Amino acid sequence: MLNKTEKYVVIVGCGRLGGHLANMLGEGKNNSIVVIDKNEEAFERLNASFSGFTIEANALEIEVLKQAKIASADVVVTTTNNDNVNIMVAQIAKSIFGVNQVIARLTDPSKEKVYSELNIETISPTELSAIEFQRIILRN
Amino acid sequence: MKIFIVGGSKEVYFLAKAFISRGYDLTIVNENEEFCKKISRAFKVTVVKGDGSKPYMLEDAGIADADMVIALTENDPDNLVICQIAEKIYGIKKTFAVVNDPDNIEIFKQLGVDTVISTTYIISSLIEHRAIVDDIQNLMPIAEDKIALMEVDVAAGHPVTGKEIHEIDFPIDAIVSCIVRDQDVIIAKGNTKIMDKDRLVIMSKPKVQAEVLKCIRGRVD
Repeated sequence: MLNKTEKYVVIVGCGRLGGHLANMLGEGKNNSIVVIDKNEEAFERLNASFSGFTIEANALEIEVLKQAKIASADVVVTTTNNDNVNIMVAQIAKSIFGVNQVIARLTDPSKEKVYSELNIETISPTELSAIEFQRIILRN
Repeated sequence: MKIFIVGGSKEVYFLAKAFISRGYDLTIVNENEEFCKKISRAFKVTVVKGDGSKPYMLEDAGIADADMVIALTENDPDNLVICQIAEKIYGIKKTFAVVNDPDNIEIFKQLGVDTVISTTYIISSLIEHRAIVDDIQNLMPIAEDKIALMEVDVAAGHPVTGKEIHEIDFPIDAIVSCIVRDQDVIIAKGNTKIMDKDRLVIMSKPKVQAEVLKCIRGRVD
């Protein structure tokens, strides 16, 4: 049985996507999770079993990212519903704090080019959902 | 020069006026319909209503051959994306963004934005300088406050009046760059004589400003 390496994950945005991801990752005791959201109420989405930390603040402020110890994060995921905020925080994590793995939620695929040379992986929930729907429709 | 102005509100009207008078080719992209109508009535410019942080919007507006893009929305992330779309997708090197958070000045520059201005920073610098020394005209921060620029009015009784610049013991980290005399500008040299009613334009390191003033007027205040 492979021992999972403990990863320090910073999740920006505790909406439906961010909150769900936090719950999933937070289940194993193997990961250290910090969730940042502007709104305290967003943290209600987190399970009782969530063992990570929450920070109620605006992730666009550098002090907040430093408070989340972003420089030592293994992974940063930006999941807010604002593409531009996600792009900006992702780039700060990658280019300024040198975080190894940065993943950003991107609703508008035409903005992907902004990410292209930066080695930031983008996830488009709409795109993924459409692919999945298609798969279900087309399977026999 | 073809300039794109994306976002912003009242200041865009006056910017447009200034740019048009210089003969620039202007395109305005703005999400506010009322504003778009107002601008298109006032000026002969291309006005596009829409979100300038969407590539297709800028493309439709003709950004491909723009020389400069100015992002003035009230959201820093939007301004970053506008400038990055301009640079990375359309190869426009001259990008200009306004930011609310002064911490973003450095960040935006590192992320490739050509020129970044924080109005918060300029206003707070001005207030700070005004608070220290009153009666200085027009203090302006340059090079992120590494250089201070000030204008000082000279009067008859001041120690420097009537002297040539090389005779005055100015601190080493200060220089009189030019003098405004009777609406005329004189570039200051060592043998330029300072006269009553001159306005001296002085560049210095911020820390010697008080000393410069003392030198000119014989007192600080």
